[in-house]
Amino acid sequence: MTETSPVQVLTTEVPRAIAVDSGAGASLALAKYRLSLWLKSPRPYLMLIGFAGFLGFWYLSVEVWKLPRFSQMPGPTEVLHEWFSKDPTYGLSIFIPEYYMHIWVSTRRIAIAFFLATVIGVPFGLFLGWSERFKQFVFPVFEFLRPVPPLAWVPLAIVMFRGSETPVIFLTFLASFYATALNTMLGVESIDVSYVRAANCLGATRWQVFRHVIVPGAMPFIFTGLQISVGVAWFSLVAGEMVSGQYGLGYVINTSYTMVRYPTIIIGMATLGLVGYVTSAAVRLVGDYLMQWRTRELALGGDR
Amino acid sequence: MVATNVSKSYGAGEFTKQVVQNCSFTIESGKLTVMIGPSGCGKSTLIRLLAGFERASSGTITIGGKPVTGPGLDRMVVFQESALFPWMSTYDNIMFGPRARGEDTPEMRSFAELLLQKVGLDGFRRKYPSQLSGGMQRRAELARSMINKPDVMILDEPFRGLDAMTKRLMQEYYANLYEEFRRTTFFVTTDIDEAIYLADRILIMTNIPTQVRTVIDVDLPRPRHIEDITENDAANAIKMKALGLLHEEAMKSFAGGSKAAADFIDAYSRRMVKG
Ligand SMILES: Nc1ncnc2c1ncn2[C@@H]1O[C@H](COP(=O)(O)OP(=O)(O)O)[C@@H](O)[C@H]1O
Ligand SMILES: [Mg+2]
Repeated sequence: MTETSPVQVLTTEVPRAIAVDSGAGASLALAKYRLSLWLKSPRPYLMLIGFAGFLGFWYLSVEVWKLPRFSQMPGPTEVLHEWFSKDPTYGLSIFIPEYYMHIWVSTRRIAIAFFLATVIGVPFGLFLGWSERFKQFVFPVFEFLRPVPPLAWVPLAIVMFRGSETPVIFLTFLASFYATALNTMLGVESIDVSYVRAANCLGATRWQVFRHVIVPGAMPFIFTGLQISVGVAWFSLVAGEMVSGQYGLGYVINTSYTMVRYPTIIIGMATLGLVGYVTSAAVRLVGDYLMQWRTRELALGGDR
Repeated sequence: MVATNVSKSYGAGEFTKQVVQNCSFTIESGKLTVMIGPSGCGKSTLIRLLAGFERASSGTITIGGKPVTGPGLDRMVVFQESALFPWMSTYDNIMFGPRARGEDTPEMRSFAELLLQKVGLDGFRRKYPSQLSGGMQRRAELARSMINKPDVMILDEPFRGLDAMTKRLMQEYYANLYEEFRRTTFFVTTDIDEAIYLADRILIMTNIPTQVRTVIDVDLPRPRHIEDITENDAANAIKMKALGLLHEEAMKSFAGGSKAAADFIDAYSRRMVKG
């Protein structure tokens, strides 16, 4: 009846255009805003103090106090000197091309394993959460295999796969896959039924419910899973590289141990920590970008 | 929409819990029917039956003469708890129904614009639900349902949990929307003032297992104003009658030892003294 009253005609293109520009522009502004907040907060300074304390303890216990069991350990001055030396005593520093080769090989293995774990783990987890029947078949087997640590898989991995590369990638993949699949499944199960009901009520098909409710609803859990996944990928990568391969940071640590190059071990460990940190941060950034609906800061002020 | 001798029970054997018993009522076309009853009496259960998410244990529910067998676009339900999709902007939430049906047409978009204005969310189209206040979320949800032009709108305590100021504002927004579109509506509440302000007909429910105890017609002229209602003798007479009945029903469950009902009585008797 009255709904046929003259509708005030507005340019109907407006919402589409806005929807496009809200993505990149808003998130860049948000990133800037957060950076300035971060610099104004005590957090960066506390972080520096934390690192200084850690290095100070290492320095004092090894180089000054020379604590009993620490005497064999390289101190921070020795390590830093080696790490940044143009002519390193033990052959590995930031000026040696081989150093970057190790980083590159490890990172590439992580990238491949993480990619596989994600493209297989996410759909697998979505399906586990979505279909009760599928879960009844598969989940017990999954839970049976999950506690077996990657290191225990080493012999079988070497038997099952050819070459030195595939076994390492397989080992790296395993733990990542479990973390991703399990979190994705929990994500689907955590979705409030009222969203599914609302979508049904609004006329969505089963596929539309999956696409527009299940997937975005599970997204926060999926990204928690992916963050755990990159972390454990580094764990198992190092285990794998200690057993097989000719390059990689795990390989560096292991060979330096057998050849008694202690400073190089620490360089390998510190590089691992650094690269691992960067990969986790990258996953978190992608997650924040995809889930802007969770950031309340964007609510500041009106929007027209 | 007609419910005839509807019953619903949960559980089996000795654990059977009868929630709705032999309940019959009509949601008259073009009118706003308000259902009011003590909390926990089975109102939300009835809504799930009307919406088609659950089947009645016995009895029939029909819409336009056809039996209800599942959720359908002819009925839009706004649930007691907010169910806006948190990952979609206000605008995308509102357009969800039309897009799901492949109707992202210029007409629909301009109807969305009109609704955004009507519910006062014109400047908030790009915000996500978590960035809106509780009242705004409820209004977005109203718009998301109304855009589908359902034959019947079903609202389960839509303004519960809002603060008094917001609630009153929402009631005014809602009354305007109703008066403009005159869509057949079934509105569930526990607030008698809200019921009288909005309703054409009030169904007063008995305690659990629930059925309709009395139907009261509210013939107050529209548009109504909240201030006038408190002054109006006819409105006050309806209020007194309804409160008396609700009090009796609530007492029954109080006798049964329900804490919720005790609070309910308490709240209403304090109001009666004040009002
Ligand atoms: N799925 C269910 N299983 C068992 N009991 C239920 C279920 N849903 C509701 N009930 C019971 O029905 C009663 C009425 O609930 P509800 O319909 O939510 O009341 P209202 O909306 O009137 O407050 C409650 O006592 C609750 O325990
Ligand atoms: Mg309820």
